[in-house]
Amino acid sequence: METNKYMVQRITKGFLVHMFLIIFAVTCLFPLFWMLRSALMTNETVFTDKSFIPRAINFGNFAQAWTEGNFGIYFFNSLLYTTCVVVGIVLVASLAAYSFSRLDFPGKNFFFYMFVAAMMIPLPGSFVPLYRLMTVLGLINTRIGYILCMINVGLSMSILLLKTFFDKMPSDLEDAARIDGCGRLGIWWHVALPLARPALAVIVIFNSLNVWNEYILATLLLNDKSLMPLQRGLMVFQGSHSVDYPLLMAGLTIAAIPIVVIYLAMQKHIVKGLSSGAIVG
Amino acid sequence: MRRVVSLALCLFLSFGCAPKKEDLNTITIWHWMTDRQKALEELAALYEQQTGVKVKIDLYAPSDAYSQRIVASAQSRVLPDIYGILDKKEIFASFIQSGFVADLTEEFQKENGAWERMLFPKALDVNRFPEGNIYGVKAGIYGVPLDVTNIQMLYNKKLFQKAGIKEAPGTFQEFIEAGQALKRVGIAGLVSGFGEMWLIDCFASNYAFNIMGEEKVMATYRGEVPYTDPDWVKVFGVFKELREKGVLADGVVTKPNKYAEQDFALGRAAFAFNGSWGVNVYGDMNPGLEYGAMLPPPVNPNLPMRIWGGAGSSLVVNNSSPRKDKATAFLKWLTQKKQQAFLARETRNLPSNRDALDSISPILSEFAGVMDFTTHPTIWPYNENALVTEKIDKGIQSIIIGEKSPEEVAGEVQQIKERELKKAKQ
Amino acid sequence: MQLKNFSWFRLQDHLKNFSFVLPAILIFCIFYIYPFFDIFRLSFHEWNGITPSMKYVGLQNLQELMKDEVWWQAMGHAAYITFIALTFQNVLAFALALACDREIRMKRFYRVVFFIPPVLSEVVVGLIWQWILYAGMQDGQHIGLLNYWLTQTGLPHLVHNWLSDPKTALTCIAIVHSWKGFGWGFIMLLAGLQTIDRQLYEAARVDGAGSWKLFTNVTIPMMVPVMLVVVILTVLGSMQVFVLVLSMVGQGLGYHTEVPVTRILSAMTGTNRFGYACAMGINFGVILIMVSVAFKWLSNRMKQA
Repeated sequence: METNKYMVQRITKGFLVHMFLIIFAVTCLFPLFWMLRSALMTNETVFTDKSFIPRAINFGNFAQAWTEGNFGIYFFNSLLYTTCVVVGIVLVASLAAYSFSRLDFPGKNFFFYMFVAAMMIPLPGSFVPLYRLMTVLGLINTRIGYILCMINVGLSMSILLLKTFFDKMPSDLEDAARIDGCGRLGIWWHVALPLARPALAVIVIFNSLNVWNEYILATLLLNDKSLMPLQRGLMVFQGSHSVDYPLLMAGLTIAAIPIVVIYLAMQKHIVKGLSSGAIVG
Repeated sequence: MRRVVSLALCLFLSFGCAPKKEDLNTITIWHWMTDRQKALEELAALYEQQTGVKVKIDLYAPSDAYSQRIVASAQSRVLPDIYGILDKKEIFASFIQSGFVADLTEEFQKENGAWERMLFPKALDVNRFPEGNIYGVKAGIYGVPLDVTNIQMLYNKKLFQKAGIKEAPGTFQEFIEAGQALKRVGIAGLVSGFGEMWLIDCFASNYAFNIMGEEKVMATYRGEVPYTDPDWVKVFGVFKELREKGVLADGVVTKPNKYAEQDFALGRAAFAFNGSWGVNVYGDMNPGLEYGAMLPPPVNPNLPMRIWGGAGSSLVVNNSSPRKDKATAFLKWLTQKKQQAFLARETRNLPSNRDALDSISPILSEFAGVMDFTTHPTIWPYNENALVTEKIDKGIQSIIIGEKSPEEVAGEVQQIKERELKKAKQ
Repeated sequence: MQLKNFSWFRLQDHLKNFSFVLPAILIFCIFYIYPFFDIFRLSFHEWNGITPSMKYVGLQNLQELMKDEVWWQAMGHAAYITFIALTFQNVLAFALALACDREIRMKRFYRVVFFIPPVLSEVVVGLIWQWILYAGMQDGQHIGLLNYWLTQTGLPHLVHNWLSDPKTALTCIAIVHSWKGFGWGFIMLLAGLQTIDRQLYEAARVDGAGSWKLFTNVTIPMMVPVMLVVVILTVLGSMQVFVLVLSMVGQGLGYHTEVPVTRILSAMTGTNRFGYACAMGINFGVILIMVSVAFKWLSNRMKQA
């Protein structure tokens, strides 16, 4: 009798927890689903047919969006920018964070808090000085200019995360490496970076999202179509197809898929990275 | 390891520093017209075939991002050979005074003004600074209109039938009655992109001209007539009446124009307040849509209704470009009859070349027919201070959502106006 | 002699250490510090953004800003969105993280799914939610999905003009913002929960603590540092919201949906007051720094306690 009551209690509790979780899971998946569903419809039915599975499925929108939106070239650019920015941030931020955490030099704290403060002050309107500067440096309309700007955008956050991580990292391994004759740079490369892998996973995800979804700076800094990333192509596509919803939705789906895939590939490491001390400072 | 890092850094630094060649045979255009990119590219290819001059057409969207880019480029002095200024006349004047825009007057007046006579005067006026203008710009023509446009009222003929409305309303009273008849059969009345402030501005300005006449509007801008004047309260009252009689479509204040265009094209609302560019949008979205154009129905029968119109999109030539002459020549070519007819056909816009008018559709002819009624802030001798305009537009939105009365809004606007007048005097 | 040698060695050492930070500082100075000082300088000027000359007005922009009701109203709206994000979003994130921290089935699935909204771009999110909340009918059917479902499920009296009513518009924006952001909070809190040593729970249970006791005496105290990080990130993210606002309500609704960044943008492009926009940016930044420092101070106090 007692165990029975306990069982019932446990089952209802489990049921309620699952209900709660499922409801939110559904709301999270809904937009993705709705986008996909609408991309499979035609312009005549998209607003009137509210059923979840469209009556007539039309795959043509994807092919049409891909060719009309010139997504091929934009795709390549976005991949290139995302990779370069992420690699750049990982190198630059981990070097700096390692130094802030482990090494000593005058003004260390000042520089560190400068980065932290920058995270908090948004610079809306900084585009004009930035543009002027990029022109003077000859970096306007170059891939490298855009990449450097985007590295700067993600730098503060990444340094902060990595420093917190390095602070908690035990120093035994570094000492061992030092005895083996490794220099500072060697320790950073052979010891600190591999150990920081979980924190790096978080940084990779965070910055990939940022770069992949960015379009304001891209529009500002790049002129040539051949240099533009995906989101910027999407804005143009949206402008010229605002009336063709299924086609627009197909374009949006195409643009969203890669980042969802990157996320799925990396998600295992995120919780591990975060819980291994990156944020629990 | 050390070598890898330093190599990477060197690569980073050296990438951007490649010297740029000045290509004197390629002219670059920056524009924002997503609907015209394809047609313009085709024309550019044709132009290269004919003249050997290469034209590079870069599109930037959305238009806010385009304007920001133009401002930033102006400051950095890296404007392209041809571009457009999507802003108030005052800002256009600033561009000219800063030496970013070439004076095309001479070019227009060559051969007895052949180029000038080819284009609609209304379209040129937008790009013209008359003698003694308040901005202190040297008189002349500074831009080339690609098309002409005007913004008026559109009505859906099928929905009219459903509600038993026989003909397009000719007065504001009839318009309200039509709206109510539509409402009785469950059809929304007027839709427009009132979520974009300039469209509210445009609508209000139409009625201000109709209710008090141009002279009094200008006197208000100069600060001689207060916004609390009964005529201005009446202008704000137009929106109150539209709201109270239920003539406005739901959610009109938060609608960007593209959603409003969608609503009208799909028959969700019977009236739209939109420009002639809408013809292209409606045509793409719902080719079977039967609609007509009309002037916004006047409140005051004694004064004419004036609508905004003139050049739809204009391009200017960069004054410091080494390819200035080539750029001007290209714009001249673009406004020739043949090219204009092509653009009008492909993008369903009204051509700025008068001779190209015969190639347009009946609905566009309806738009073309009322060009005489058009006016535009860019051709007025005075323009309202941008802060006051913002207050007016925001105030009208408050009236539409039923939060403020016309009198309150008039009072608030007048307050800002007085503050700005005081500031200007200092 | 020896001392001199030593300090030379130290200097070299410091230089080497500093060279690690150099790339970061270089990039940062060029792309952040320089624009920052430029904005700071512009905030003392009256300038339309185009003419080569600008007028020095000293503190006039800042003085006007202090009296600018609309600016403070916008700040209030951002604070309201932040408040909803702090309460609704974070409580939800915490509850979901707690549920996922247990040994339950499909744990991995939930973990993946809850992070989907942050992955999508704001443009996509704005577009889809605009569709869900749309007001208006076609052929007697609601176009907006929410209103449509309300009629379908027999609740037609709840049908509402969600985005064009000042009473609901800001809340709708705040909820969509929370929806988009809760994945971050969820994942950080989950990570935090997983670092709690299971033995702490065991020990408390042996002492006879019930699940509520376990929660208040073990979970909450252990989670305070993580929660503070989440809170600070939520505040910074929510105060700066604007893409979502623009894509959901445009420039509409009087001043009811203005937030600081939309004000800055409209001062820059709408009324062409560049100096004023820069003054707004500086003012906004100072406020955000103050808020963050206050939270940091609070967290130090709580750590000591």
